[in-house]
Amino acid sequence: MGAAGAAVRKNKLARHIISMGTLLAIFAFSVLLVVVTSDGTILAHRVGGWTPVDVGSEGQTFEIAIPFVVDALSALVLMIISILGIASVMFAMATHEARARFFHPFVLVLMAGVAGALMTGDIFNLFVFIEVMLLPSYGLIAMMGAKLGAHGARIYVSVNLMASTLLLVGIALVYATAGTVNLAELHGAALDDPAVAIAGGVVLTAISVKAAVVPVHGWLTRTYPMTSPAVTALFSGIHTKVAIYAIYRIYSLLFDGDERFLWVALIVVSATMLIGVLGAIGEKTTRSILVFHMISQIGYILIGVGLFTTLGLTAAIFYLLHHMIVKASLFLSTGAIEETYGTGEIEKLGGMLRREPLIAITFMAAALSLAGLPPFSGFVAKFSIIRATLEETHYWVAAVAVIVSVFTLLSMLKIWTGVFMGDEPKDLQERALTYQERMHGKRYLRVEAQAETPTLTVGPPTSTTLAVLSGEQEVKVPAKLIIPGALLAAVTIFFGVGAEVLMSLSATAAEGLLNPEIYVEAVSGA
Amino acid sequence: MSIAVAVGLLTAAAVYLFMQRGMVRIVLGFILASHAANLMLFAAGNVAYREVPYIGGAALEEQADPLPQAFVLTAIVIAFAITMYMVTLAITTTTDDDTENEEESPAKVLYGERR
Repeated sequence: MGAAGAAVRKNKLARHIISMGTLLAIFAFSVLLVVVTSDGTILAHRVGGWTPVDVGSEGQTFEIAIPFVVDALSALVLMIISILGIASVMFAMATHEARARFFHPFVLVLMAGVAGALMTGDIFNLFVFIEVMLLPSYGLIAMMGAKLGAHGARIYVSVNLMASTLLLVGIALVYATAGTVNLAELHGAALDDPAVAIAGGVVLTAISVKAAVVPVHGWLTRTYPMTSPAVTALFSGIHTKVAIYAIYRIYSLLFDGDERFLWVALIVVSATMLIGVLGAIGEKTTRSILVFHMISQIGYILIGVGLFTTLGLTAAIFYLLHHMIVKASLFLSTGAIEETYGTGEIEKLGGMLRREPLIAITFMAAALSLAGLPPFSGFVAKFSIIRATLEETHYWVAAVAVIVSVFTLLSMLKIWTGVFMGDEPKDLQERALTYQERMHGKRYLRVEAQAETPTLTVGPPTSTTLAVLSGEQEVKVPAKLIIPGALLAAVTIFFGVGAEVLMSLSATAAEGLLNPEIYVEAVSGA
Repeated sequence: MSIAVAVGLLTAAAVYLFMQRGMVRIVLGFILASHAANLMLFAAGNVAYREVPYIGGAALEEQADPLPQAFVLTAIVIAFAITMYMVTLAITTTTDDDTENEEESPAKVLYGERR
């Protein structure tokens, strides 16, 4: 699947087609996987066909191959990520970013890393695939963020390398204490031996850094707004979410859902929800608000790992899938405004409801879904999360979850009133023209308003020029920029109305996490 | 024990260098940190076995565990790639590799005069 990434370098226009084709193929393949695994079956395969070796003592065998395992959870996450990939690449094609050298190969290698990280059944291989996922991201974040300076890239690379090194150390400790890095063979190892539990704790800490859980969230809010909107949207659904997937998988297998440590997770997720949303309220640009929301939502998703009940895990998995879609939709709809008008600052924008009604609708749908209002998928997700916390009598977690929703709505309204309502700033059109010319070299006809007899000039604006343009020349968000975000917003409505399907799939995935024995059996019987 | 001391020293030096000002020093810190992690991986394979794990090289019960060696080999390559990228970032972004201004720069870039 990832091999296609390498092939996409030569032809100019063929790159778009090959890239899109591969992404669609991944999507089709993952839908197939979802269908196959929807009844709880787990597909497992030993790479290279190496059979377990018998070491001669008590008939015990040891796995030596890297197992690739697909269960309902990994299939679902892969499906949603491929949808995001398609939408983000569509957006990047519309902004011409995708024309940049190596954009498509980077995205495809990224997808290959994601697929590998989701399917692998071996912790060291997970580390390798996370690196495969991160390396093209380093390229993308610096390449597309060049106009904002590369500070974001520096922080991003440093923190991620740090977390990866910590993950490596954790893996070394797991191998030293348990003697294997195969997840199926590690089943329940942390339950039996506190040394393995500490090693597993190091692994989980490292992955939590990658998931931007609260004590270690600062890097995300400083790097994600520092690149292009398309890349932020792509990353929003991938890196942190793969880390969340890994947390679920490792806690389910290595710790076997050990109840002794759940309170740690509950405290951490409550802090994450609260601090993330409070940070969002203080921000001034659309994208940095949304990035802080991401952190807050990561807290919601990880509630599932703090409850570890059927209902809790089902709700959390549903929340994960819903949130990836909604967040990317929000990044794409505000990103479309940013790409067209040249700024995401709330103060410099306004009146978009009249000017860009389609984007306004897209944003409104996704924002209400994020806050958790009834017709959208966010309602189902939040409702079941809160029900699960109440069922476990963690009233304070439920209280935090409800209060944070109010703040979420508040800051969404801040974007709404600042960007979409109110009056258009006077220099909006002028700034948009300047931005378009600077970024895309487009020339717009300008009318010298100051002159007594208006003269037409073509070229870069001066302070005295004022664009007085007829309707069709006016800068507007082109439809191709709106479509990707709108597509994802439609998906969230679809998930909200037809929540039953996704909910039952999430339940199957949760069942797999609660009973890791099936996973172990699938691997040993492969 | 000696390997634990080495890992400890490397980690301490790495953490000290992370906190330094220049980007190149931070990169040096990461090099030390990945050295520490690699030594840790070697230690995980039980360093009491010191013979080369090569078929026919030594008696089987004296050979070192080959799996951590493969892990280290992989990790070295990955860390090398990322180090190269970080070094590039250190020399391409601004006129020097100073990182002190980064504390305020994202806010400045996002809200300040971008044009």
